[in-house]
Parts: sequence; structure tokens; C-alpha cells
Amino acid sequence: MRRYLARRLLQLVPVLLGVSVVIFMVLRLAPGDPAEIMLGSQATKEDLDRLRTELGLTQPVHVQYLLWVSHVVRGDLGRSIWRKRPVLTEVLHHYRATVILTFAALTLSAVGGTTLGVTAAVRPNSLLDRCSAVASLFGASMPVFWLGIVLMVIFALELRWLPASGMFSPYGGGDLGDLLRHLVLPAVTLAAATITIIARLTRSAMLEVLGQDYIRTARAKGLVEWAVVVRHGLKNALVPIITVIGVQTGVLLGGAVLTETVFAWPGVGTLMVQGILARDFPLVQGCVLIIAMTFVLINLAVDLLYAWLDPRIRYA
Amino acid sequence: MRSSSRLRKFLRRNLLATTGLLTVVCAVVVGLLAPYLPLADPDVIDTPNRLRRPLTPGHPLGTDEFGRDLLARLVWGGRVSLLAGVATAGAAMLIGVALGIVGGYYTGWIETIVMRVTDVLLAFPFILLAIAIVAGLGPGLRNAMIAIAIVGFPFYTRLVRSVVLSIREREFVEGARALGGSDRVILGRHVLPHLLSPVMVTLSLDVGAKILATAGLSFLGLGTQPPTADWGSMLATGRQFVTLSPHVALLPGLAIFAMVLALNLVGDALRDWLDPRTHTR
Repeated sequence: MRRYLARRLLQLVPVLLGVSVVIFMVLRLAPGDPAEIMLGSQATKEDLDRLRTELGLTQPVHVQYLLWVSHVVRGDLGRSIWRKRPVLTEVLHHYRATVILTFAALTLSAVGGTTLGVTAAVRPNSLLDRCSAVASLFGASMPVFWLGIVLMVIFALELRWLPASGMFSPYGGGDLGDLLRHLVLPAVTLAAATITIIARLTRSAMLEVLGQDYIRTARAKGLVEWAVVVRHGLKNALVPIITVIGVQTGVLLGGAVLTETVFAWPGVGTLMVQGILARDFPLVQGCVLIIAMTFVLINLAVDLLYAWLDPRIRYA
Repeated sequence: MRSSSRLRKFLRRNLLATTGLLTVVCAVVVGLLAPYLPLADPDVIDTPNRLRRPLTPGHPLGTDEFGRDLLARLVWGGRVSLLAGVATAGAAMLIGVALGIVGGYYTGWIETIVMRVTDVLLAFPFILLAIAIVAGLGPGLRNAMIAIAIVGFPFYTRLVRSVVLSIREREFVEGARALGGSDRVILGRHVLPHLLSPVMVTLSLDVGAKILATAGLSFLGLGTQPPTADWGSMLATGRQFVTLSPHVALLPGLAIFAMVLALNLVGDALRDWLDPRTHTR
């Protein structure tokens, strides 16, 4: 396992390098001078010169990149032009909210999707199975931002069961209960599509496993059905299920940007969109970097998890 | 019993796909005929009639926050959304197929470069990278479409490369090579036909995904800019009036949902038809 971990960590280096190049380059795609774009047409020459020097824009591109990477490695993501604070401080301040939302949606999708998928596989063509098939089709077609608005209209504005937006109530809130009440709608919105995808994949993986000889043997030796399904069935179907959960985590991280905007959830996504509209490149760069790094690390964790679950993978 | 249940399943599947296909055809026809339909001007502001409910005389689906006719804006916005979906999926497919063929057929540094670029682009959450590219290029529909096409091509590259890799060593390719066939002839006559089916299936399912992505960027204010409307930007502005007039936000969302659902139904049927091995159990 240790050798596998070392190999995977080594493979991470070119990916991280590539990711950093892409993040650095995409914000230099705009034709023209980035300093002018950021400060607008009203900026004075002195302001423009100061920003150019601060961002190293007077240097050749490869030198700019190396300078940027050397700063990033030391935890210096630059200063936000719009917020006038260090980017890392700003991003980390919002990162907690994004992690809470994504983690809640991930837990909901993983537990809900696996339970639904296993139940559907145990009783194929039942009502629940058919409903889950329809739900998966709907889930793949529904814009997450629209579902958010629909849920908000029903549960916050009409029924008044849950708060419509934000992370805490402006007055008298701030405790865990308040956070959980605010979390329900964004988390359900974000998880809706992923639950159905995980459920469908779990179902097909379980159907595959439940048709194996060892399942028949387990039944023949008199094991109760839940033990057959969970201990012998689900355990062997876990690798593809964890793979899809890993892939869906990326979808959730991306979807969080849209969901945060709908529910005014104060996460990195909301900050990034505000940064783009304010043409604050260092801030946007910091936001993209943090989310991309999180995604890369989650993929690593998923790889390690299924190497642990299935020894054949780490010896391959 | 068994064959009748199979027939029922077949009919049900095709009924859904037929409904999907009809919906798509209707939307395309209505979009194409929009200039000739008896619709109000989608950009004419009429503030005294703002936020009218559906079924108001003269405004079957009501009006938005500027009193503009929602039906007209949905039809004209649908043109933009559909075009954006088809164009971005098509562009992603063309780039992805070209790079996939190159990466799969030629070994050595070309393959390495193509696949490493693909890997790096796939290391980002899809919508995040699209947002980052729009941040660099600047908000606007054209830039949003470029961003989505760039983010979308690696999926095709991966798919096509895996097919090309499996075909490259097959006897008929070796035979063509032994007969002195050039790379162009081998790729065009022997490899490309094998790509048609998987690429067409992926493309049919991808158009819906690209409509969703474009609408998502417009919703964030990074795609279509006012006064031009697409379904995503209509939804974004309607969101601000959701307490007063929920229909302004709900209708464009319903249009996106219906269109993507219809495209997914057609794509699913096409996949089953072209590749029966992928039948879900």
C-alpha cells in the first residue's frame, strides 16, 4: 500500500503542474493589458504601472508563471484588488462554507443513492425501481439552479418551513441548528442529480454482483437476506460505486458554484463569481486554484480508497 | 408472457423517445420560424404591464420585470440556447475527435502531449474550468460558448482514442497498411467509420448537457448579456422577482428542463439502437 501511495503521489506532480499552468494561462487569455481590464478605463497611469509591477506583468510570461508558482507554494496568492485583502485570507474565509455545502450534499448523495440503488436492485422492476429510473432521467435533465429556485419557492416562500438564503440568520442565529436549517435546501438542491446517478450505478453494480455464484452459495448456506445483500453483495459492488462517488464529487464542487449563487451561500463559488464581475483576476485565480486542488486531492483519496478495498488495484 | 413484456418495454421506450424527438423538432421549428410567428417584440419594454401573470390578454405567459412578453422571449431565447447547445457540442466533438484520432493512432510525443493536455483539463470540475475561461476572455455568449467547447472536448478525445487504440492493431488495418495505404486512407476509410456510432451517441446526449452548461454560465451573468435573452439569463433576472411573480423564473427553467429531458430521451434511444450492448438492465 505504501508503494502504491508513493506512486500515486508521484503521478500527482505533473497533474498539479498542468493545473497550475492552466489556471495561470486562462486568466491571461483576454486580448489587451490585464491591468487595464482589471482597473477599467478610468485608471490613472500611475495606478496601472503599480498594478503591472505588483502582478509582474512587465516580465516575460514564463517568468511571470514561475514567480506566481513560487508565491503560491509559499501560500501567497496575491492581493484582491476589489476586497483589498490577501487572496488566501479571503478564499479560506469562504472555503469553509463551500466544504460544508459540498460535504453535506456528498453525504446525502452517497447514503441516499446507495440505499436507493441497493433497494432497487433487490427488487428489480418494482415501483421503487421504476421511480428511481424516472428520477435519474429527471435528475440528469434538471438545471440545478432552477431546482433550487423551485424548492425555495415551495419550502421557503410558500410553506415557510425553511430559510430562503444565507448560511445563518441575520438576527439571533449562529448556532448549529440555525446552520442546519439553512443548509437543507442548498444541500438537497446540489445532491438531487447526484443521488439519482449514484442510485442507478449502484443498482447495476449490485445486479451484476447478485447474479454471482458466491451469492447463491451464501443463500444456500442459510444466511439471512440482508447479510447476503450487504456483506456479500454491497461489499463486492463498492469499487464502481466509490468510483462514481469520486467523479460526482467534482460535479458537486462545480455545481456548488451555481447552488451558492441561488441561495446566497457565502462560499468560494459566490466569491469567484463576484470576483469575475469585478474583474479581480488574483481573487478569481485563488478561488479556481483552491477548488481545483480540492478536486485533485479528492480524486487521490478515492484512488487510495479503492486500492484499499480491492488489493488487485494496488498490485496492478 | 415474456415476449409481451419485452414488447411493452420496447413500446414504452420508443414512446418516450418519440415524445422527446417531437419536442425537439417542435422547438427547432418554432425557433427557426420565430421571425414569422405572430409574437410580440421580445425586447420592447412596457413598464405599465410589468410582471403580468400568465393568461393575461395579449400575453399568454405573462410579462417580465420590464413588461416584455415572456412567450416571445422564451421563443427567441430558445433559439439562442439551442444554437449554443448544438454549436458548443459540435465544436467540442470536432476538436475532441481530431485530437483523439491523433492521440490514438500516432504513438510517441504527439500522443503524450495530447493525452497529458486532456488529463489536465479533466482534472478540473467541468463548470469551474468553463467559468475560469470566461473570466479570462470576459463575459458574453461567444466567450461562454468557446469556454464550454474547450472544456467539453477532452471527453471526446478520451472516447475516440480508446476506440482508435482498439482498431489500430486489427487485421483489416494491418492489411490496409500492408497494401501500402497511407495514414490518410487508413484513418479516413478504415478508422473513421468505426467512430461514427459512439461519437453520434455521445453527441446526442451532449447537446443537452451543453445547453445546461451555457444556461448555467448565463445564469451567473457570464453568458448572454442584456438585452439579448437566453433561458439561463431569463432565469437569473426572474430570480430577483421570485416572491412577487414566480412564473418569470419558473418558465425559462421549465423550458430548459423540458428541452434537455427531450434530448436525453432521444440520446438514450439512439444509444440503445446503435449499441445494443449498452442496454440497461
